[in-house]
Amino acid sequence: MQDETTTSVSGGVRQFISFTIGAEEYGVDIMAIREIKGWTATTDLPNTPDYVRGVINLRGAIVPIFDLRTRFGGGTTDATARHVIIVVSVRSRVVGLLVDAVADIITVSTGAIQPVPELEHKGEAGFLAGLVTVEGRMVALLDLDRLFDLDATAVADAA
Amino acid sequence: MVAFAHSFETTLDILRSGRAAVTAAVADVLVRANDVLGDYVRAAQAGGEPPAGHGRDVVEHLAAISGTAPPPVVHAAPAAAPAAEPKAARKWRIVFEPALGLLRTGNDPLLMLRELNSLGETELTVDRSKLPVLSEMDPQSAYLTWTVVLTTTKPRGAIDDVFEFVAGDAANVEITDLGSAEATEGDGWGLFDAPPKPAAAAVAAPSGVPVASAAAMAGGTGGHAASIRVDLDRVDRLVNMVGELVITQAMLGQQSAGFSIESHPELIQGLQELSHHTRELQESVMAIRAQPVKALFSRAPRLVRDLSAKLNKQVRLLTTGENTEVDKTVIEQLADPLTHLIRNALDHGLETPEERIAVGKPAEGTIHLSAGHRSGRIIIEITDDGRGINRQRVLAKAIEKGIVERGTAMTDEQIDALIFAPGFSTADQVSDVSGRGVGMDVVRKNIQDCGGRVVVQSTPGKGCRFVLSLPLTLAVMDGMLVAVGEERYVLPLTNIIESLRPGEHQARGLVEIGDVLTLRGQYIRLVPLHRVFGVPGAITDPTQGLVVVVESEGGDRVGLLVDELLGQQQVVIKSLDSNFRPVEGVSAATILGDGRVALILDVGALRAMGGRL
Repeated sequence: MQDETTTSVSGGVRQFISFTIGAEEYGVDIMAIREIKGWTATTDLPNTPDYVRGVINLRGAIVPIFDLRTRFGGGTTDATARHVIIVVSVRSRVVGLLVDAVADIITVSTGAIQPVPELEHKGEAGFLAGLVTVEGRMVALLDLDRLFDLDATAVADAA
Repeated sequence: MVAFAHSFETTLDILRSGRAAVTAAVADVLVRANDVLGDYVRAAQAGGEPPAGHGRDVVEHLAAISGTAPPPVVHAAPAAAPAAEPKAARKWRIVFEPALGLLRTGNDPLLMLRELNSLGETELTVDRSKLPVLSEMDPQSAYLTWTVVLTTTKPRGAIDDVFEFVAGDAANVEITDLGSAEATEGDGWGLFDAPPKPAAAAVAAPSGVPVASAAAMAGGTGGHAASIRVDLDRVDRLVNMVGELVITQAMLGQQSAGFSIESHPELIQGLQELSHHTRELQESVMAIRAQPVKALFSRAPRLVRDLSAKLNKQVRLLTTGENTEVDKTVIEQLADPLTHLIRNALDHGLETPEERIAVGKPAEGTIHLSAGHRSGRIIIEITDDGRGINRQRVLAKAIEKGIVERGTAMTDEQIDALIFAPGFSTADQVSDVSGRGVGMDVVRKNIQDCGGRVVVQSTPGKGCRFVLSLPLTLAVMDGMLVAVGEERYVLPLTNIIESLRPGEHQARGLVEIGDVLTLRGQYIRLVPLHRVFGVPGAITDPTQGLVVVVESEGGDRVGLLVDELLGQQQVVIKSLDSNFRPVEGVSAATILGDGRVALILDVGALRAMGGRL
């Protein structure tokens, strides 16, 4: 972990944890990840958007879980013990992202990150930081700050 | 500064003894004098001098009240620049040795030393060789002997006058002429290594005399030993740990439910003790953070005084419940909203004396601040007996500003609540007291930020009452676990009045209002929790489920329809906002003994949500 931390900031190289939702592969900056844990039952929050799966107890802290599949317009994840929660910290908040499975740790040079084409993936383009190709697979990198900015507006609308 | 403090003190003394009446004018002078004194102290702390003649008008006012001539301004100067003395100063050595019984005859050496001090520059040495050990000391005896080297332009007679009442029987006073001021050197300040005499220190504390402040400083160190300053983070960590402990204890309690006291007597007894100790520990930890709201209310009198003078209104301020204890963070967050509300009450609420007399009210308006605990929350009320909210005008303004649409049917309550809308203002003119009236929305936001609510109750012509309701943010509370479908919720025990399963004849549906419960001749609106929160699989028929009659801090009762009660337990309050955002109808979350999260219900919000179904 120590090595990864140093390499991820040095020499224009960044590290991401990639995960899958259905056939799609996404990446989250390794620096933002606090931990990865298996799915546990959540407590529903009433009158919140679909993608808010509820809250869990993470060692005494109440952490909301967002279903990324729902967030990207793919319907609700039928969560089982094999599904994974990626706990990330965004600004001062700690939130959990429900995904299908963790795929890999990928190291890319910042130059290899492609910008997101304007028209593609209209629904999710707003919270993608870029695209990168790893061993022939396309990985969409998430911009967590923007993901939760959008959340804030969506949440305000829903409330 | 010394001279100023003297005249201030003299005036206060005269007022205290009742030789002059306290009128509004006098109080104004005193308040200003306090400001001037504050300026002096700040100037002295910064190492500078206040502007020459600063506060002289106040001194004159004080003198007029106390009936004494203002002390010559030159008094302030000697300490700083003795060389500037106009007349040839002489030095005197005065040895003042009070008899043991001096204090009992009603004399106070401090006053005499102070008087000496007012004659010119003094250098004071104290002889404490006669001071006995503390256990043998009689606080009413005078043990100290002072040697004063006084540089003054005053004749010897002035010094004799100081000791007029004590020289001879009550004290031994020797006065020696040391000649002209330039000739001799003083002994320097011997006081700083002298321990203060307890009786004198207490008397001396309020004055600004060097003697007294040194004594007060030395005396102060003794008082501070009883308390320590601790970083808030450390206390918060302690609070969190206690929270975890309560959860663990709940978990153990749940696990041990299957054991009987016969089979495992030690285990059951140990768990009971654990629960007892946990609760005590938790209460002690919470007490660390608690402070009386007095800290908050004590700012109000000054505010009211300044504003009433500015607005030409007569106001009486009443406060009750100042000793109600609240978490420190809540106190901090309440300061601004409270100031704002008081300002509003004075500016918009209360009428001018003429207007009040015209409608048959006493010329003096009343503002009442009260604090108290209710339903596990702290309730702070600001009540005025002014004109109340002018609903026509509020509605007209709201329509004008596009906050509500013309022709919307609104209840009085809803119209009153419009004053909290952003950008709303009813003041005809922009005043420098409450500005444009933008601010009630800020007040509401501030209060909501710390998990509170503010409501306004107004009776036109009679007055207005703002009720702030805040959580104690004491991280643990007693709750009742209720089940709705698959979900578990926690109801604060303090909200619960009773629970019952209504009979067929008790629950009925009314058009527009929804289900209503008849309880001992009263009608109570039912709020089906499963509908408000959209929970599937819950009991929908009140006669099959359970109705928990709850009372919100406003005193309104509603009946919450739930499936069943699961039992009572202590829960740790965990914020939802720190990682998410507030959820309507939920005040916070908690962690149950099995590690799952349960939401804590907000009864006041549920009542409002039920009304919208």
